[in-house]
Amino acid sequence: MSEGSEEYSAVQKFYDNIWLLLGIGIVLPTVLFTVWGLYEVYTLPYLPIVK
Amino acid sequence: MAIHEPQGNWWQPLSKDEKIWFILALVWMLVSFLYMPIQHFIGVQNPPSESYRVSAEDFEALIEAQEEKYTVGEENGFPVVRPNPDEPVYLKASMWEWTPVLELEKDKTYKIHLSSVDLVHGFSIQPINLNLMVIPGIDYVVNLKPTSSGDFRILCNEFCGLGHHTMVGKINVI
Amino acid sequence: MSFEKRTCEISGLEIEKNSESMIKLNMATAIIFFAIGGAAGLLVLLTRWPAIHLLPVEWYYRWLTAHGLLALLVWIIFFEVALVHFGSVTLLKSRLAVPILSKITYGLMLGGTLLVVVMVLGGQADVLFTSYVPLQAHPLYYLGIILFAVGSLIAFIHFFINAVVAKKEGEYKRTLPMVSFGIMAASIIGIMSIAHGAAIYIPTFLWSLGIIETIDPSAYRLVWWGLGHTSQQINVCMMVACWYGIAAFLFKAKPASEKLCRSAFVLYILFINVASEHHLLVDPVFSTWHKIVNTSYVMHLAVLASMIHAFAVPASIEMGLRKQGYNNGLFEWLKKAPWGNPAFSATFISIVLFGFLGGTTGVIFGTEQFSIIRHNTWAITGHFHGTVVAGTTIAFMGMAYFLIPVFFKRDLIMPGVAKLQPFVYGTGITILSITMMAAGTFGVPRRHWDYNFSDAPFGYQFDSTVDIFMGLVGIGGLIAVVGGAMFVFVTLGSIFKGNKRA
Repeated sequence: MSEGSEEYSAVQKFYDNIWLLLGIGIVLPTVLFTVWGLYEVYTLPYLPIVK
Repeated sequence: MAIHEPQGNWWQPLSKDEKIWFILALVWMLVSFLYMPIQHFIGVQNPPSESYRVSAEDFEALIEAQEEKYTVGEENGFPVVRPNPDEPVYLKASMWEWTPVLELEKDKTYKIHLSSVDLVHGFSIQPINLNLMVIPGIDYVVNLKPTSSGDFRILCNEFCGLGHHTMVGKINVI
Repeated sequence: MSFEKRTCEISGLEIEKNSESMIKLNMATAIIFFAIGGAAGLLVLLTRWPAIHLLPVEWYYRWLTAHGLLALLVWIIFFEVALVHFGSVTLLKSRLAVPILSKITYGLMLGGTLLVVVMVLGGQADVLFTSYVPLQAHPLYYLGIILFAVGSLIAFIHFFINAVVAKKEGEYKRTLPMVSFGIMAASIIGIMSIAHGAAIYIPTFLWSLGIIETIDPSAYRLVWWGLGHTSQQINVCMMVACWYGIAAFLFKAKPASEKLCRSAFVLYILFINVASEHHLLVDPVFSTWHKIVNTSYVMHLAVLASMIHAFAVPASIEMGLRKQGYNNGLFEWLKKAPWGNPAFSATFISIVLFGFLGGTTGVIFGTEQFSIIRHNTWAITGHFHGTVVAGTTIAFMGMAYFLIPVFFKRDLIMPGVAKLQPFVYGTGITILSITMMAAGTFGVPRRHWDYNFSDAPFGYQFDSTVDIFMGLVGIGGLIAVVGGAMFVFVTLGSIFKGNKRA
């Protein structure tokens, strides 16, 4: 990844960077599924009870 | 070979077959994806999305108040409740019962509040096979409009202990 | 860099000593647990078969839990640990970076498994596989799961350490071989999955000890499925890597396009994990948009990845066979393919069944409107026997037939039985999976001891068609048990008694 030569495309370099893939592969689903989901769990309003 | 390192620049244009397949598959996927939100708006049977927190005590009180007001009979030891379609209806899951037996009128829309006072249960109406989760501490509001009359059963389809298989409730549609 | 290794005469692979012993150990352990998990499956099957209804209620749920844990988790993850070593050491012609880590992994996973099995069969954990709170098990049950998870987490992290060492020592320059890349993608998914496992099981363990007061049941379901479903995506990814591997070893096949196939794995890494939402589609709490965005695997792009593999793997097999001269007409290559080699037939069966049985039903049931008419019915059980058994397990069987001679240096015993095994097992699982889905369509619940509801306050009888399906599930299951037993005899027999190669 430190090659910096012109013959490899940016995507090829991205695919060869296993650490970057690891980072994105964890952050993206965690934010989209888990964090968003937990936000909805903990902001759920209480049932308005009509007495 | 797939077990050796590819040499040099492998970011090369796709062959014709690959291109055709890729484009067909991509279009197919986008159509099937877009149809999900579309069906949500044009469909008549979607999972409901209205829910609240509620404590077991509060929910029990609502169930009791409903029984006092609308009980019309008894079946196998369960109160039979005939609620007013204009008011919220409460249905309680507990180990291992669905309370009360509901008597609903055909073609009227009811707002049914589902909750559990102990464990996670599964609300499964048969024989139409409609399934929802019932979570303790959460009130799930289901807009239910019976379109055919008769007797329906509510099975529990989430494991809730050793009596799980005996947890069957009833809805009468008149 | 020099280290102790030998060259395998069958595959031409260079096999390093430390990784070799770990691969052998993990593979053999996996197969032993497959045998026990399968036997547990037989007990469950004979209980759900209405004509037999074997076990009493508490034992039904205990053996069901054991079947799920051993067959879905233990067999598969031990085998995957072997594949992690294979992909990050053998294929990179490198060495095991930190041998002690592999030993710790093995010890933790084995210890955790034994603890969990003892707790479940000892009646201390009647909470089923998912252990939805507020159902509570003995603290040691949760501890066992945590030990197993930490062990496998170390293995997945070890992949990255091995890869870094291999690169530093010049064993590969820039790009991982395709099969290693697939196993790397699976390892990322594995790390993501087990991070969720830690996030949910550690608080639950503390709760069972009384240190934490409550666990929110909805939050539990959300995070638990971040573990439960994501761990199935490890299997999907490992299975696809095995497909590429077998195609390469048997046919010297090249991936059709490195660019396309690697992109498909990257789509898995990015998007496949959010499909945990499939379990929450008919849950309260979560908004419609959370459901739609996540359940679609982000615009079905992860499904696109599977479509790419479904094209690329058979295409590379076809190209390999055509190069061997089977070039007449459209399908000579397929007719002349080595159907007598169980490594090939298992791989092919896995591709077909995963595609048409497991994958499609997964995408269908993973929509809001289908979920409401299938959730928690037996149709879901039918679906995942199409993915994780017909897909992953059969792919791993094929890989085992290939790897046992390579690593144990022994020939397969009973070649005639081995030849038939993938077909027998595949047939049984196909019948089981389809008929389970059929019964689920009528509303038969999953994880249920008595579908006649004989002790219930209100009786209920399913449509009489269901009885036929219940019987067929039993028959399909028995065929699968025979096929599974054939696999166990051939592989364990070969490992311990096969003819030694020089």
